[in-house]
Amino acid sequence: MYAGALAAVVSLLVVVRHTRDEEESGRQELVASGMVGRRASLTAALLTAGVANAVPAVLVAVGLAGQGAAGALAFGLGLAGVGMVLATLAAIVAQFTESARLARGLTAALLGAAFVLRAAGDSASDDGSSVLTWVSPLGWLENLRSFADERWWVLLLFAGAAVVQGAVAYVLAGRRDVGMSFLPARPGPALGRLGTAGALAWRLQRGSVVGWSIGFFLAGVVYGGLTDGVADLVGDNENAREVFQRMGGQSGITDAFLASMVGMLGLIAALYIVASTLRLHGEETSMRAEPVLANAVGRLRWAAGHLLIAFAGAALIMLLAGLGFAVGYGKEVGPVLGACLVQLPAIWVIGGMAVLLYGALPRAAMAAWAVAGAVLLIGWVGPALDAPQAVLDLSPFGHLPKLPGGGMEWGPVLVLSALAATLVGVGLAGLRRRDMTT
Amino acid sequence: MTRAITISGLHKAFGKTHALDGLDLEVAAGEVHGFLGPNGAGKSTTIRVLLGLLRPDSGAAQILGRDPWADAVEVHRRIAYVPGDVTLWRNLSGGEVIDLYGRLRGGLDKGRRAELIERFELDPTKKGRTYSKGNRQKVALVAAFASDVDLLILDEPTSGLDPLMEEVFQRCVAEERERGRTILLSSHILSEVEELCDRVSIIRKGRTVETGSLADLRHLTRTSVTAELLAAPNGLAQLPGVHDLDVQGHRVRLQVDTDKLDAVLKSLAESGVRSLTSTPPTLEELFLRHYQEAAR
Repeated sequence: MYAGALAAVVSLLVVVRHTRDEEESGRQELVASGMVGRRASLTAALLTAGVANAVPAVLVAVGLAGQGAAGALAFGLGLAGVGMVLATLAAIVAQFTESARLARGLTAALLGAAFVLRAAGDSASDDGSSVLTWVSPLGWLENLRSFADERWWVLLLFAGAAVVQGAVAYVLAGRRDVGMSFLPARPGPALGRLGTAGALAWRLQRGSVVGWSIGFFLAGVVYGGLTDGVADLVGDNENAREVFQRMGGQSGITDAFLASMVGMLGLIAALYIVASTLRLHGEETSMRAEPVLANAVGRLRWAAGHLLIAFAGAALIMLLAGLGFAVGYGKEVGPVLGACLVQLPAIWVIGGMAVLLYGALPRAAMAAWAVAGAVLLIGWVGPALDAPQAVLDLSPFGHLPKLPGGGMEWGPVLVLSALAATLVGVGLAGLRRRDMTT
Repeated sequence: MTRAITISGLHKAFGKTHALDGLDLEVAAGEVHGFLGPNGAGKSTTIRVLLGLLRPDSGAAQILGRDPWADAVEVHRRIAYVPGDVTLWRNLSGGEVIDLYGRLRGGLDKGRRAELIERFELDPTKKGRTYSKGNRQKVALVAAFASDVDLLILDEPTSGLDPLMEEVFQRCVAEERERGRTILLSSHILSEVEELCDRVSIIRKGRTVETGSLADLRHLTRTSVTAELLAAPNGLAQLPGVHDLDVQGHRVRLQVDTDKLDAVLKSLAESGVRSLTSTPPTLEELFLRHYQEAAR
């Protein structure tokens, strides 16, 4: 299912990149003025997607052939099938929106719906016979029954859907003007309601906050749902158990799994806080901050709006992840929620680093990504590689109490919170004193 | 004369580049002041210092009687700024941006806003990403002209505007002046400055090289004269202030320092004048002369 979703994501990105992106940027106009048919870019995009799906399909089929040639072939073809269904779906969506970003978002939302349908179908029946599973292309992948009792005719579903969707996209593409779309960009309001720098910051970041919130909630639901199964699965595997225990928990494989999943979400939330904090940097370097600051808005007030979204937003998404676990797992609601929230001081330290770099060393602001990347690397790979404790200690996440399962320790939580506050303070002091770059 | 802006001996370096090298600038309250200079002369750097975005290395700057860095927020309530390259947010409509800037500044005149949108032929419902360069400028111009402020700082505000809109802009500036507002207009479009400005400062390499009213500055310029005479001219070459003299029979072409024009005309009249064209000095020539001196 994850491999299928990956193929689908790659396909939708490829297709939108070669169709709507090209038109939005105006490059398509140059190409279309040459001796090129109006559907040529769509053909090119679908061919590229075809190659992008065929190559991994072949590799997967060959790579897995040892476990049964028929199963490997079915699996590879199934992956390519999912990819092409999404590629042609993206081709249709790209005819309807004027912005590539919207086309990507809408197609991804449809993919998300397919994912949820499949997940719901899985919980409704064990053998994929649920209607919900049959509605989702990701569900077809299950019903193909690779390595079990292959049902080859399911492949026809993929092929049929791809051909029909492709044909629809072609008809639509032939009927519209270059750069235009069937759903014209909605005009905005002529009068604005935004009146403060904080409202502006929220307006700019709300889409991303909502996206991360949904993602973290769903991740909580999915991992929560997996938790019970994992105990059985990992229970017999000494190696995996050891890794889980070192990554997170000390007692009980379930707690260990929960702790490591929560820890992983905490690390990913560090990416959110860096992205959100560096919005300040993006606003400054794109010259959009300058006219705002030329109004009666102090720098600190301007920064505070974005930082509130970054730091409170991190708390929000971790809270939602905890609620997701509560929905997906249903047991230990309090401890898991606590485990999610106890990640916050470490996330905030990473955010504090970003504020410090942006405020005091604006040229090096992007190094905040390197900090987050290093922490991610230490968190994910460090324990598996038996990295020395000194290295593990570099990451603020390494000092957090291991919850659920371990005991709560307030010491590191308070120290990390104080550290985060100090970093933010120093960063803001730097921002107040320095020149705004252009 | 109360001053809206006073800058003296301003220095600002970025690494090894001295963007401002002892710049002086005085803008009187109620005047339209042209701020001229080639690209990279330091116009935008000066404006950023005035907006409190940059902190000067040395020298003094006052804007509306206050310190542009320390009192930035209070000062900004009374000024409006239009950058030369307006960047908007992709998903915000022009109308939203106009109102946002207005509110952040402390209020917009709604009637004036509607009137300006009409005059600039701006569609305020379009999203930021779909505006052309000229239309993005219009968004900032409407926001600036519709706000109730004492000082407008315009940094090459008309880049990307077509000639019709340029005219609308010039009328708006004239109206603002009638309302008693002060305007600092940075530009390299000389006709615009000649049309609008009471006084002009010309800067080069971070220093002010000329400042004064257009009439003052014209004394520093040359008038070009072409004449057809009844007799061959006599003694023109000896007159002070005559340059590029070209005599072919009875035809004469020359350049003369504008304040030495009188003597030249008398000399020409002695030979008898059949026809005469004289082109008044333009700011352009003044400008070019300063640039050429810089190049030498």
